[in-house]
Amino acid sequence: MDVLTPRNLDEALRLKSDLPEARFVLGGTDVMVELNFRASRPPALVNLAELGELRGFTTDGGELRLGAGLTYTEALSGRLAERLPALAEASRTVGSPQIRNRGTIGGNLGTASPAGDALPPLLVERARVELASVRGVRILPLEEFLLGVKRTALAPDELVTAVRLTPSGGPQTFMKVGPRNAMVIAICSLAVVVDDEAGEVRAAFGSAAETAIRVTVPLDEAGALPERVATAASPIDDVRATAAYRRHALRVLAQRALARCLR
Amino acid sequence: MTRIVLTVNGERHEATDLWGGESLLTLLRDSLELPGSKNACEQGECGSCSVLLDGELVCACLVLAAQSDGHEVVTIEGLADGDELHPVQQAFVETGAVQCGFCTPGLVVAVADLLERTPSPSEDEMREALSGNVCRCTGYVKIFDAVRLAAERAT
Repeated sequence: MDVLTPRNLDEALRLKSDLPEARFVLGGTDVMVELNFRASRPPALVNLAELGELRGFTTDGGELRLGAGLTYTEALSGRLAERLPALAEASRTVGSPQIRNRGTIGGNLGTASPAGDALPPLLVERARVELASVRGVRILPLEEFLLGVKRTALAPDELVTAVRLTPSGGPQTFMKVGPRNAMVIAICSLAVVVDDEAGEVRAAFGSAAETAIRVTVPLDEAGALPERVATAASPIDDVRATAAYRRHALRVLAQRALARCLR
Repeated sequence: MTRIVLTVNGERHEATDLWGGESLLTLLRDSLELPGSKNACEQGECGSCSVLLDGELVCACLVLAAQSDGHEVVTIEGLADGDELHPVQQAFVETGAVQCGFCTPGLVVAVADLLERTPSPSEDEMREALSGNVCRCTGYVKIFDAVRLAAERAT
């Protein structure tokens, strides 16, 4: 198994086009587990860690562009946390400091687990995913990018290069249910934002359907949100919790999130 | 695969003939003869392989060995100054924070990293900083005593 380390994005996109079967790795928090447990033996690995183009975030007017290589540690403090507080809260619940230092927003999108912690906060902020290939760049709303359990709209020659969004500036929060405050895959999770300008409350939940899902209600019907969230969920029974528990917990979280954000 | 060159504990190392999917942890333990970082869960759950990569605390089991090419790694072996223990190691010895010892290298590296960034951590900051380091002897009380002692001496 070869490891290729492109030095710029163009080189990486050429590799993605030439070697669609290769596994692309940045933080390694998902890919390395597959390799360590022999769950995956790709013909080649492409190391994205040397690409400056994927790092950090930039601001363009009101729009933020979060590089796919933005780590949870970078998302949970500083200027970014002020603009995307729910994403910061969610990032702080990811794994441990060791995992947050390596795990990336782009990886969370690429893996597309229904439990991905960054997904609900990005959905409520109406994030769009930037996908690049040698053919060019296209932008997809996050809800169109997420197709199912670990399934996305990514074409074989495409790479997630960034997430773009215009922060609403509205009161927002993220909540997650699990057996401890660290190292936990969400039993269920919920992000809520009250967007006065748009006149709506948006919620998005994780670990209770095939993908993270967004639910929107008009501001003057905010009280209906908990029931709407519970109805939109299609959770399953698994080792972590029952479907009934997840639906109940989401209803409770939505009530608490509203109380927090509508103060 | 191609040759990689990295700095470990201030020394330049070269490695060749690595399997492509090899982790930094395997490289350290099997090729560079630095077995201090422990191999337990291999999925970033236990923290016993914690090392510093370019000054950041990471699980060596989740870093592709090839990703360390051209980078700097500090392992538990690099903390002591000759025969003189690192203050965090000394604090672990004095408070009896070591039981079976398997989790100790990772914890010492994680505590050293915490105190470097936050010299006087609160109880909550300590717990959050060490949330990814599991001690199966459940010796957490003594471990937190060691963190407090090392922090006290550093200020």
